[in-house]
Amino acid sequence: MRMRMTRRRALLGAAMSITLLAAGCGSSDDSTDEAPAATTVSDADVEAALQAGGNLTVWAWEPTLTKVVAQFQTKYPKVKVNLVNAGSGNDQYTALQNAVKAGTGVPDLAQIEYFALPQFSLSKAVTDLSAYGAKALDGTFSPGPWTSVHSGEKIYGLPMDSGPMALFYNKEVFDKYKIAVPTTWEEYATAAEKLHTANPKSYITSDSGDAGFTTSMIWQAGGRPYKVEGTDVTVNFDDEGTKKWTGLWQGLVDKKLLAPTPGWSDAWYKGLGDGTIASLVIGAWMPPNLESGVKAASGKWRVAPMPQWAAGEKVTAENGGSSLAVTEASQAKTLAYGFLKYATVGDGAQIRTDEGAFPATTAQLTADAFKNKEFPYLGGQKANEVLSEAATQVATGWSYLPFQVYANSVFNDSVGKAYTGGSTLQDGLKAWQEASTKYGQEQGFTIK
Amino acid sequence: MVAAPTIRPAARRQPLPKKRRQAQPRNKTLTVVTALMVAYTLLPLAWLLISATKTQEGLLDSFGLWFADDFALFDNIGRVFTYQDGIYPRWLLNTVFYVVAGAGGATLLSTLAGYGLSKFAFRGRRAVFAVILGAVAVPPTALAVPTFLLFAKMGITDSPWAVIIPTLMAPFSLYLMWTFSNEAVPNEILESARVDGAGEFRIFFKLALPLLAPGTVTALLFNVVMTWNNLFLPLIMLKDRHLYPITLGIYTWNQQSQTVGGDVVFNLVITGSLLAVIPLIAAFLLLQRYWQSGLAAGSVKQ
Repeated sequence: MRMRMTRRRALLGAAMSITLLAAGCGSSDDSTDEAPAATTVSDADVEAALQAGGNLTVWAWEPTLTKVVAQFQTKYPKVKVNLVNAGSGNDQYTALQNAVKAGTGVPDLAQIEYFALPQFSLSKAVTDLSAYGAKALDGTFSPGPWTSVHSGEKIYGLPMDSGPMALFYNKEVFDKYKIAVPTTWEEYATAAEKLHTANPKSYITSDSGDAGFTTSMIWQAGGRPYKVEGTDVTVNFDDEGTKKWTGLWQGLVDKKLLAPTPGWSDAWYKGLGDGTIASLVIGAWMPPNLESGVKAASGKWRVAPMPQWAAGEKVTAENGGSSLAVTEASQAKTLAYGFLKYATVGDGAQIRTDEGAFPATTAQLTADAFKNKEFPYLGGQKANEVLSEAATQVATGWSYLPFQVYANSVFNDSVGKAYTGGSTLQDGLKAWQEASTKYGQEQGFTIK
Repeated sequence: MVAAPTIRPAARRQPLPKKRRQAQPRNKTLTVVTALMVAYTLLPLAWLLISATKTQEGLLDSFGLWFADDFALFDNIGRVFTYQDGIYPRWLLNTVFYVVAGAGGATLLSTLAGYGLSKFAFRGRRAVFAVILGAVAVPPTALAVPTFLLFAKMGITDSPWAVIIPTLMAPFSLYLMWTFSNEAVPNEILESARVDGAGEFRIFFKLALPLLAPGTVTALLFNVVMTWNNLFLPLIMLKDRHLYPITLGIYTWNQQSQTVGGDVVFNLVITGSLLAVIPLIAAFLLLQRYWQSGLAAGSVKQ
């Protein structure tokens, strides 16, 4: 029908749909109307903006960006980048939401973790980058993070780093109690029991309820509890993959084989240092944190592939990691995109990798220098061989809720109880599902 | 941290020390309870002091309430002042500025307003009072986000004003000053001064203010402690690290331990906290002298 419209009517139609979009009520079927607006900004436009210069404000807590900004300003002296640490994680998301709501003080770019990105893309706080040629970057990033910045056909950020999961373990402790490095979850459970029996103070790992870890574990096990199609959302923890994980983990919880230490606390760092927390299944970005926070255990830790659900499988999931996104409120989007590209795929990707970040770009992940890097902290192990392989094995089809920040904040109210014996993991997840559903409905989502 | 003392108006009527000859025998239960309270209050401070002498590794390896093998207090202090290009002293000065301007201003305003509400009958006085009592019940934290949205419209977020202006509103200290004015400033004095031809400002500054001194100092202590310890308001309002008060600064250092690739500096967080409470304790001890002497001075013959 649209094909037959006269030119004038088509123009009118386009104008109307822009008005509708501006009013924030564009219906899903006019998404094709947005296409003409896309691809209007070419690489040359971006380069011109970089040469012309201007001011950019970047909100990020990622420490390696400091060096990226310095190098960027040397290369493009007319651009002044104001790098602001507006808080880590949730603190920054709150600040960003407040600023968007207030309509002033919104930065041009913001670091947003993958799990939080849908929340900001759906509320149109961050802008669709396909209009700036981001689609051409297909294949530049490893599939896990690249999928994470997509919402349908739209791209709401570029991956800064990634966190394909692996098993970090304290080799000294494993050797002392003659425990073989587990390759399957069954072996992992056996190792957990063997270790704790040999030394009641030692645990295979710590977990007192962590939403990010739980969702990543379900991800690897094949569970897909969240399905998101626009504003239609499904939350369902009653699937096979989820049950696989709860079956394993419930056993560890029941036998008290997990240290009840909250992650990232001083007690956690202590446990990682003195061998009472003997391993971690966590994202590939972990080595710098071990080096900085657990100096006492230097030389004792190693990296192995994530344990599998069936022997011989090679499936991992993403844990953590951040994107950098351009805000809708930015007055210099083209320039912002220029910086974004520099920081994530340009020189910035290498600078950040050299500074110890775990890259999301295939060029860095597959480089020989990267793979052959020996980590003195990890006893000289070429850990990136394991980690970059893990990046290629991330299971596909995962999505987070468009209100995951909220959902994660109430995780411990429901699933947390399972760790203190007040509930089971499966029941806890069911309660979490209900809490998420309720909140989603209040926010106007259609929840199935 | 140190709790602010409350003034008990009744204390002013206590017999003077010399009259206390027939003092009651010491109550053992009371002594034990007091000792427990002292331990409860001082243990965290002791922990802070001991922990500040440890390195990052020592902190994790040793028992919390005793020293580690390495004594790194001075090293830690040095690093606190130089870490991240020496931003800590800047944060300290910011806090001092916010305290002087915010808590000082709040005390001045609440003394004026409390005295005014107490001594002048005007239309709507009861309504004003009801609003103030209501405001005492609203936690400042609940107002932080609406205040942010308001300030964003005015364009003063991320500036010192965003911290100072909300701090100036201190309903509790206003309430305190109202009560204190009722008790400590006899209307007879004001009337005789008026008969003698003194203006209202002269009466306030020359007569009322000295009588109000103990109350003012108490209100000041309250406001100083509140402002010094305020975290949430600056967290919402400020983005520029160079405007952070000490609380927010130390909080960001602590957050680094939970950040991918972040520098874990628990030792600096602890030493920084120790250094941050010292001025507060000093202010307290100094001002305490004043409000104690003020207590005696406040016993007016009626």
